[in-house]
Order: sequence, then C-alpha cells, then structure tokens
Amino acid sequence: MNILVSTCSQGLIYAVLAMGLYITFRILNFADMTAEGSLTLGGSICAVLITNGANPVLSVLTAGLIGSLAGLITGFLHTKLKIQAILSGILTMIALYSVNIKIMGKANLSLLGKETVFKIFENVPFFKENLQFSIFLIGIITCSALLLILNLFFKTRLGIAIRATGDNEQMMRAQGANTDFLKILALMISNSLCAVAGALIAQSQGYADVNMGTGTIVIALASIVIGEALIKENLFLLKLVAVILGSVCYRFIIFFVLNLGMNPSDLNLFTAVMASILLSLPGIRKTIVRSVTNVGNQKFVQNI
Amino acid sequence: MLEIKNLCKTFNKNSIDEKTIFKNFNLTVEKGEFVTIIGGNGAGKSTLMNLISGSMISDSGKIFMDDKDITFFPEHKRAKFIGRVFQDPLKGTAPNLTIEENLSLALLRNSKRNLLFGKTKRNLEFFKEKLSEINLDLENRLDTKMGLLSGGQRQAITLLMATLINPKILLLDEHTSALDPKSRDKILNLTGKITNDKNMATLMITHNVENALRLGSRTIKLENGQIVSDLKKEEREAAKSLL
Repeated sequence: MNILVSTCSQGLIYAVLAMGLYITFRILNFADMTAEGSLTLGGSICAVLITNGANPVLSVLTAGLIGSLAGLITGFLHTKLKIQAILSGILTMIALYSVNIKIMGKANLSLLGKETVFKIFENVPFFKENLQFSIFLIGIITCSALLLILNLFFKTRLGIAIRATGDNEQMMRAQGANTDFLKILALMISNSLCAVAGALIAQSQGYADVNMGTGTIVIALASIVIGEALIKENLFLLKLVAVILGSVCYRFIIFFVLNLGMNPSDLNLFTAVMASILLSLPGIRKTIVRSVTNVGNQKFVQNI
Repeated sequence: MLEIKNLCKTFNKNSIDEKTIFKNFNLTVEKGEFVTIIGGNGAGKSTLMNLISGSMISDSGKIFMDDKDITFFPEHKRAKFIGRVFQDPLKGTAPNLTIEENLSLALLRNSKRNLLFGKTKRNLEFFKEKLSEINLDLENRLDTKMGLLSGGQRQAITLLMATLINPKILLLDEHTSALDPKSRDKILNLTGKITNDKNMATLMITHNVENALRLGSRTIKLENGQIVSDLKKEEREAAKSLL
C-alpha cells in the first residue's frame, strides 16, 4: 500500500513538470531544453529559502516566480536575438548550472529535518506517521489546482492566442499578434511550472542537487506521450488530465521494471527508448496504412 | 489612402545574386478601390504585398496609410488595419483550433489579448451570421477543428477572418491559385461580394487575366518592378472585349 502511494505521489509531483513541458512541447511547438535547468533552479532556490527559515509554501511560489525568468531569457535569446529554439534552451540550461551552484553555495543542499510543504499536515496524527500520504495529498492538490488554472487560462483570449501561435505563427502575425511576446509568455509559464516541480521534488527527496534536472525532460516527454496514448480526447482539460495520468503511469512502469531486476542506471536508456517508440507510433501507423492501401491499389489495378 | 513613394528594394545586396526588384516605385490606391495586379514571375507582385504588409522592410522610400507613415511599423502593428489572405490555404488559419476560436482571433485583432474568455455568446451569434453569409454550411460546425476542412472552405474562412473587423486595406496574394476550379469560382465570387459590402481598398494578385479584368475597378500590370500599364474604367472595358 505504501509503495503504491509513494509511486503515485512521485508521479503527481513530476506531473507538474510534465504539464510545464506540455505547454512548450505540444502547445507552443517549441523544444525547450531550459526545463532541466529551471527545475534545478526551482529546487536550489527553494532549498536555500527553507534552510534560511522561510515558509515552505512561499518558498515554492518564489521558486516558480524566479523560474519564469529562465523562460524569459530563453525567449529573449530565441525571439529577439534570433537563436534557434533548441539552442537558446541549451544555452540557458548550461548557464543555469553555474547559477544554481552559486545560489546554493555548493553542489547540493540537504533539507533533512527542515520544514517542508509536506509537513503541513503534521498535526493530523495519520499524516505524521505516513509522510508518503501527505506527499500524495499535496500532489493531488497541486495538480488539480494547476489543471483548473491552465484549463481556464488557455480558454482566455490570451490563452487562445498562445495556442494559435504554436499552431500557425504566420497567421497570428497576420492577425496582428505580437508573436514574440506570446512565445516569451508561454516559455515563462512553462519554466515557472518546471521550477515549482523542482521545488517540490527537492522537498520530497530531502535535498536539492545541481544534477537533479538531468534526464527530466525525457521523463516528462515520456509522460506526455504515455498520456496521449491513454486518452485520445480532443478536449483541452482531458489532454491535461492525460499528462498527469501519463506521469503517474510512467512511475508505475519504472517501478515494475525495477522490480523485474533492471539496473537503475539503465533507466535513462529505457525511458528514451520508450519515448522514441511512443513518439514514432503515429508515423509508423501511417506508413502501415499507406502500404496496406498500396497493396489494395495494386490488386485493384491488376484486376482491371 | 495607401500611398507608396519612391520605394526601393534590392535582394542579396553586394553579391553576385543581387537583384533589384523595385527602384523608385510609386503607387496610390484610393479608398474603395479594388486593384487587380497581374505580371509574370519575378515582376515584384508578391514583394509588393510583403512590403505593404511589413513582412519585408524596404531599403528606402515611404509607405503612407491615411497620411500616416507606416514604413517602419512592425508586421503585427500593421495587421491592425491590413487584412491578408495567402496563396496557401493552410497558412491563413490555425488547424488545431476550432472554427470559432479562429474567428474569435480575427475579431480580437484590434482589442487587447487579455484574460477575458475567448468564447462568448454574443460572438457566437455574430459568427453564425457571418458564416451563413458565405453559404458553406459551416454555421453549425463552429466546434469543428479547422484542420478538418477542405482547402476551399479554409480559404473562405481566411477571407472572412481577414475582413471581419473592416480593415483599411485587403491584400490577396494569388488566394485562389491552390484551389480546384469550383472552389476557385466560389472564392472569387465571395471576394467580389465581401469587397463590395465593405468600403476598403483591395489589392489582388492573380495570374488569370480574365479574373483580373472581371473583378475590381482597376488593373495594374507589373514588369521588372515597374507599372507598365494601369487600366481604369473604359480601358478595362476595352481590354475585356479583346479577350
């Protein structure tokens, strides 16, 4: 039971990151590599604030706020300085590595024995004994709140404009939209979510580490494509639900393969292969359909 | 209303591929005028559109809109008074957004993109009314994704979107050349109808001389960035009888 809950709660916390990446990767159509840097940035800022006695909830929010600056920088590099999307993300991510060490003063910072958001329910006897349940509950609350906010936001005039920018940028410019601004805004929202995820991850694992972001983009991508394979609805709300579900599912898959005896150091390879397969499925399906129709066509021609 | 003065544009300056498109180009288009533009490839038709819409900036010269200098306005600022329809029907609409969301983007062209809801009941009625005017049976399919429509349908909606908030000038860049003959006629008729209803200046590029003379009120022929003939009323009638 405990393992079930802890797997779920880990999925829920990483879902925040996956939702952040969904905004850039799927909505804006922008492969944003900043995410790994802003996740660590969120973790570092939160860890420093908490070790200095700040309120954990405020620390998470501050981390989110500062994380958006990472998106601002990537957006600036891309839209104003005309650097390729993927490269501007990598540049910011690399720069953040040094920044994060500067923030923490060293490569990692322990949160052992410190106040965290997961200790909010400490006064309730049940949660005091089962920290995992408390992480689970916080994960549920955070994910539902984000679900609600993002769903509402992407239905506003501004939100629709961001979606349209990712869909057809030239058309948006012809419709009088400052697409540079819209892209930067979307990147800021996305990286803010990544930083919040980083802050939550650091608190749940009990430390912030300068390498905590490595490989997380692939995890988030895997979560997104698993979610899309599970729920194929067009409704925006359900697409976000799919992302969360995908993230939880990913954790269960990982739990399963580790129990089968997979070496933990092989996990990145496994995740990358899984994401590649799921990402290529639509293309493969198309090729199969086409070759089947081709065979049909050839038969048809022969029969004439 | 639209005044182009001494416009110059050269591509690949100071290289072997240097190509001067416009040299001291002048053109004035009045309000309510519908100008059709013909000319061979490389004559500068599309470059002219791009310079007016701001997706290209001229080397020298001035562009005025209602006596206001817009030469260095960025593309998105000009779009507030310029409606555009591209040659490619896929370029004018967002495929993953619904018809309603696409139309609401066009309707909000001049207003703030704020946190108010994009969908409102009042707009819905307005969109239905506008869609019923173009006779494509789309008025009850507002929740359909744009990407599921045919090229002709998408181009019709692009045209509707370009003129939804009465632009001062409408730019049509070979907007029917990617369509089948039937859709082409439909879009051309729609173009005539929309431009008649609204009092704006229109520039239309076409390769079809007959359409160029049948539609609109003035026909310009471009060659090497120069206006080689500029036909108005009687001259157009005379040219038409020669076809």
